[in-house]
Amino acid sequence: MIERLPELVNGDPAIVRWGREMHETFMLEVGETQYLVTVRAGRIERVEKGPFVMRAWRFAIRAKRECWEQFWRSPPAPGWHDLFALLRRGDVKFEGDQRVLMAYLLYLKLLLQAPRSLSR
Amino acid sequence: MATIEPIVGRYAHLSLGGRAHRIYYEEAGAGIPLLCLHTAGSDGRQWRAVLNDAEILRHWRVIAFDMPWHGKSSPPEGWQCEDYRLTTQSYTSMIMAIARELGLERPVVMGCSIGGRIVLNLALRHARELRALIGLQSAAYVERYYDPSWMDHAEVHGGRAAGGLAYGLMSPLSPEEHKWETAWHYMQGGPGVFSGDLYFYQVEGDIRGRIGAIDTRICPLYMLTGEYDYSASPRDTEAAAAKIPGAKVMIMKGLGHFPMSENPEAFLGYLRPVLDEIRRR
Repeated sequence: MIERLPELVNGDPAIVRWGREMHETFMLEVGETQYLVTVRAGRIERVEKGPFVMRAWRFAIRAKRECWEQFWRSPPAPGWHDLFALLRRGDVKFEGDQRVLMAYLLYLKLLLQAPRSLSR
Repeated sequence: MATIEPIVGRYAHLSLGGRAHRIYYEEAGAGIPLLCLHTAGSDGRQWRAVLNDAEILRHWRVIAFDMPWHGKSSPPEGWQCEDYRLTTQSYTSMIMAIARELGLERPVVMGCSIGGRIVLNLALRHARELRALIGLQSAAYVERYYDPSWMDHAEVHGGRAAGGLAYGLMSPLSPEEHKWETAWHYMQGGPGVFSGDLYFYQVEGDIRGRIGAIDTRICPLYMLTGEYDYSASPRDTEAAAAKIPGAKVMIMKGLGHFPMSENPEAFLGYLRPVLDEIRRR
């Protein structure tokens, strides 16, 4: 799923436009597996799979694998359908610079739910 | 020729909390007054489908106002010197003042989210002045699970953040056209207004301890909640309703936090029978 984010996001101008000013690397955790996602001007430049040693990132979004699997279902069930739905469940944790996360909230939500198109 | 909607918009000058206000409201139809309350950080455009529904307009005078600071209602003079904060008291007195100043006799009040919360206080304080209450996404309290102050921050675009927040509260099954219209209203909010409303919703307006005293024999209470809402979830609505004898609960399949705006057709299917029941009482 995560490895395919670049094609899913970069091929969708309706997602890219909301992250046009974003140049950041963020950490995405799917259970025990860590990914570093680097965004340049709304396009995903690369996705690297961990484990990592002393790598820098701006913010981290961490949730269990089962949680992301529910989130990526199409359509997702109530309570599993949005990043903040996971937050209210207490199933996702944010760390690091939350200002950047909030500044690109809409972009990140669209980016993270892009894999749903694979389960249609 | 253009298609012209039956909605008419006007401005009313009135005093709220001792200050002069210029309030924008829209209305359509004739009959029993139905006063509609929009959600935090948005405006009366959320009610466009109810205001355009020919079946409803035959028996109802539907009125939707923009709260002060929202939509086309201005903030009061001197706003630049203060932080906007909604409270149970200011919200309740605003609604009752607008009903009075517009000459609405025993209106039905229908509110969503913060509006779904305040109808519970209206049920406690003003039951005899109201014909019925309809709470959409009605919860007695929602504890903070995110920090809304980020939406009023010079280094975060408040409109984009509020739009992102609102977008996720909608159902994945709702039509994209209406979801993005709903998000757009959020993107147009003024700085600090959404978070000022959420002060009532997430901090001051905890009504859990008082709702047991609501008497639905005086004023019937309907609580309709979309199943995809995680802010005021079906569980939250059912928990509140369990404390209120006679409250009628309906969980709306496939709808989210903004039923009237994100999926108007599906919502009207739930609302019309409720309005019929109230009318026939």
